[in-house]
Amino acid sequence: MNRIQQVFDSKRAIIPFVTGGDPDIQTTERLILALAEAGADMIEIGIPFSDPAAGGPVLQLAEERALTGGCRVAELFELVARVREQVTIPLLFRSYINPIFVYGPERFMSDCARYGIDGVVVLDLPFEEQGEIRAACKAHGILQVSTISPAPVERLQKIAKAAEGFLYCIGDFGAVEQSVRQVTEIPIVAGYGAPGAETANGVVVDTAIVELVAELGRDSVASVVGLLQGLR
Amino acid sequence: METNNTGRFGPFGGQYVPEALMPTLQALDQAYQRHKADPAFQAELRALHNTYTGRPSLLYFAEKMTDDLGGAKVYLKREDLNHTGSHKINNVLGQVLLAKKMGKTRVIAETGAGQHGVATATVAALMGLECEVFMGKEDTQRQALNVFRMELLGAKVHAVTSGTQTLKDAVNAAMQEWVMRMDDTHYVVGSVVGPHPFPVMVRDFHQIIGEEIRAQMLEAEGRLPDVVLACAGGGSNAIGAFYDFIDEPGVRLIGCEAAGRGTDTPEHAATITLGSPGIFHGMKSVFCQDADGQIAPVYSISAGLDYPGIGPEHAHLATSGRAEYVPVTDDEAVAAFSYLGCMEGIIPAIESAHAVAHAIKLAPTLGKDKIMVINLSGRGDKDVAAIARYQGVNIHE
Ligand SMILES: Cc1ncc(COP(=O)(O)O)c(C=O)c1O
Repeated sequence: MNRIQQVFDSKRAIIPFVTGGDPDIQTTERLILALAEAGADMIEIGIPFSDPAAGGPVLQLAEERALTGGCRVAELFELVARVREQVTIPLLFRSYINPIFVYGPERFMSDCARYGIDGVVVLDLPFEEQGEIRAACKAHGILQVSTISPAPVERLQKIAKAAEGFLYCIGDFGAVEQSVRQVTEIPIVAGYGAPGAETANGVVVDTAIVELVAELGRDSVASVVGLLQGLR
Repeated sequence: METNNTGRFGPFGGQYVPEALMPTLQALDQAYQRHKADPAFQAELRALHNTYTGRPSLLYFAEKMTDDLGGAKVYLKREDLNHTGSHKINNVLGQVLLAKKMGKTRVIAETGAGQHGVATATVAALMGLECEVFMGKEDTQRQALNVFRMELLGAKVHAVTSGTQTLKDAVNAAMQEWVMRMDDTHYVVGSVVGPHPFPVMVRDFHQIIGEEIRAQMLEAEGRLPDVVLACAGGGSNAIGAFYDFIDEPGVRLIGCEAAGRGTDTPEHAATITLGSPGIFHGMKSVFCQDADGQIAPVYSISAGLDYPGIGPEHAHLATSGRAEYVPVTDDEAVAAFSYLGCMEGIIPAIESAHAVAHAIKLAPTLGKDKIMVINLSGRGDKDVAAIARYQGVNIHE
């Protein structure tokens, strides 16, 4: 978790996202190593899901490609173990709840800790259901990242007050920022290009990267690095 | 069954959705609680059922079938006689009326067999709301007539091409559409699935099936039935038929799941029989899935039962042992489809034929003093062409 705090110390963080196993595990591994080397502050690795209903079509197709390629959760842990030998920035898993639930939250978080994952972003786990994995995250020192999206002020502030590490805004950042900053000092990240994202403490770059991988596949590493450097 | 305010049935249920959807779900829950307790809302719904749906639906004593099977007395609860041809309209009238009271001007729905889409398009026309229906591309082909029917009713039908192009993908697409446009739109979920409050609300709107069975059975036989049978996809017609009897331990409740080409093949949709606990489509329940929690591509001849999950209340009824769930294959369902037509002059929906098929097996094993009710959830007109194809008959459609 300390690794994560440092991310936001001085600068606006750049957080690239890659879909695990798209188009194959080796490419994901090369992408992560290259992104870390190119100055990414933190990297999000997507666990592909058969029914990724919370993402746009670009992300959905990437998950389909990864699963068609045979990507398994166990392989993603092995991948993390390998890149951890070289990469020191924080690594997050982005997932739907079912792969974690079926793996077993306790075993999942234990493996996260063992292989070097710092935190998890779960797309379909709203505030009220965070208890599903809270104990397991706490037990293994894995940051459970709270997502936040436009909502009535009371809800935004309730989520913000309870959040740890940083807040992860999905959707219109401008509609969220003011209410959140009134009650907390923790950093908030937004999607790259989301309305109001200019004042976020970090930006998550997903669709733009995944589009390049969709187009260039195994040959996408240089272009993805170029994209990241363009954001600096 | 006790539920608390996040819609738990034992460990099952809940609200596992993106944060963006939570304010809308909470507003829906509040509006639903308010209108549920409002006698004016209930009276309006009741009047629509009496004048538009055609309720109460008949409870019919299937005498020839009873004689033929030589065991328990068989009654059919005729939800197939409802306007639009299935039980689905019970839920749709309730939800669309609620949406209208909430000031929504547009409804969206997913559909498998097309029955829920047709019901939604129908009620949207009646109440003057815009309607868009999401349907897996494969289902638009299996049920082409229902697609045209929805269009005739003024609805727009989207063929969903992602994933397996069936019911689960239609739910994904409708859910995504809802997140993008929540202000003026209500998502009319078509079964007792999804995040709270849907499993509770949809069940409440179908509860009338079991209430009528109780009253009609008391009138016909002076007692409650021994067995109530229903097919179970998401589980809405089944929970509607079961709910009034859950606290009557003398009434056996049996849900009939689609076993497709057999439970020893990968081509089935027998969720309770072969699935495992998971979290999907907003709910913790039981799903057909692999060891990584990837949702399995399921199969049934019946588009309405071709769903990899089941409502959380059924998962709880199964786990607690209060209800039984049995698999029924395509072949058995098709045989029952023909059987009921020849025996009683009633062509059931292929979904409902799964319940008829199990009844055909069960009735002879029970004494003549026993009474069973089959919930005939829909009529079979929509399936005639598909059954002809299945039997290799060319009817020049
Ligand atoms: C006639 C009929 N019966 C049953 C079903 C399955 O749904 P449920 O299990 O929610 O009743 C459908 C769904 O399309 C249907 O059309």
